[in-house]
Amino acid sequence: MVLVPTAYAPSSNNKTSSWRTTKPVIDYGKCTRCMICWKFCPDVAIGVTQGMNLEFPNERFAKMEAPYIDYDYCKGCGICANECPFDAIDMVQESEM
Amino acid sequence: MPFSIPKEEYMMSGHTACAGCGATLAMRYVMKAMGEKTVVTVPASCWAVIPGNYPNTALKVPFIYTPFASTGATISGIREALNEEGKEDYNVVGFAGDGGTADIGLQALSAAMERGHNVFYIMYDNEAYMNTGIQRSSSTPYGAWTTTTPVGKDRVYKKENKKVVADMMMAQKVPYVATASIAFPEDLIKKIQNAKKVKGPKFIQILSPCPPGWYFNSENTVKIARLAVETRIFPLYEYIEGKFTLYKNPNPLPVEKYLEIQGRFGHLSTEEIQKIQENVNKRWEELLDREKGKVIT
Repeated sequence: MVLVPTAYAPSSNNKTSSWRTTKPVIDYGKCTRCMICWKFCPDVAIGVTQGMNLEFPNERFAKMEAPYIDYDYCKGCGICANECPFDAIDMVQESEM
Repeated sequence: MPFSIPKEEYMMSGHTACAGCGATLAMRYVMKAMGEKTVVTVPASCWAVIPGNYPNTALKVPFIYTPFASTGATISGIREALNEEGKEDYNVVGFAGDGGTADIGLQALSAAMERGHNVFYIMYDNEAYMNTGIQRSSSTPYGAWTTTTPVGKDRVYKKENKKVVADMMMAQKVPYVATASIAFPEDLIKKIQNAKKVKGPKFIQILSPCPPGWYFNSENTVKIARLAVETRIFPLYEYIEGKFTLYKNPNPLPVEKYLEIQGRFGHLSTEEIQKIQENVNKRWEELLDREKGKVIT
């Protein structure tokens, strides 16, 4: 029984991509899939994927889950690039609008 | 790769927090540990604006707004109402900032803890009233710049020491008290899982750095939270039904490492930094004494 009428919209309707000035780019050749970037993303903009055609350091990595960045929501804070222990994430200047 | 923290997300992207916000990380980890059967209450705080305008919400669980002073009262009421409905397995969480805990909500918090409801009170400590524009709170540390303690010519920085609410809660003999940091999410989630086993009120204080309020670059949020623990400025401890455990890092760093990357401490002279170091050492000794069982008043 619903006592209070509830209506809500998920905040993921808002795209926050226009907030950023630099964007993180993952170098999958250096990435070891440790998922530390996923762990520390305050915008939940780093997801987990599997089986994408990524550039792998070796064949062993092909079947592993890998982080990917959702550029619709990334605000470009740079925590992922700063926390990555293998320097696999670079912050790249966004091109001119 | 094995995931060191639960994979389920109960916080959604697209929220309106600043880039690099520490409070959203705190909520993300808390929700991962709490799970689906949770009711969250927030007073006026950054988290009251982070979900966005009505009808937006950033959490996948019920999320209730409450006036500034009444987080403790609201979680008490929700807990008792859920118990009446036979929903004892739901977690009731009050998620308040340091202003809503240390200053305005302290009375309701203390009363809820005294009545012994089975609730969680999470304080995300960003050390000032960040949502309204960085005004000092009683949880702001000594030496910090805020808009109500502007340094200026007369050097009116905050001259008083930080009020640590977790220490007050231990003095009140709350069954579960802990401090945690967003830089150590595994530890934070473990503490909440320990707290779930305790029947009664639970209080957890989480240090969550604020890039605009503390004047640092947004990429340093996690680094600063880690340095706060490594320099012993924000010691991590756990207090379960009278038993106190302190996390002891073997090689503490000097407090300069923590202070120098934050603009709010940029005006401090060497003597003032020395004073902060002495206070940190003194508090550390007190915590060690507490762990050995010596009563501290």
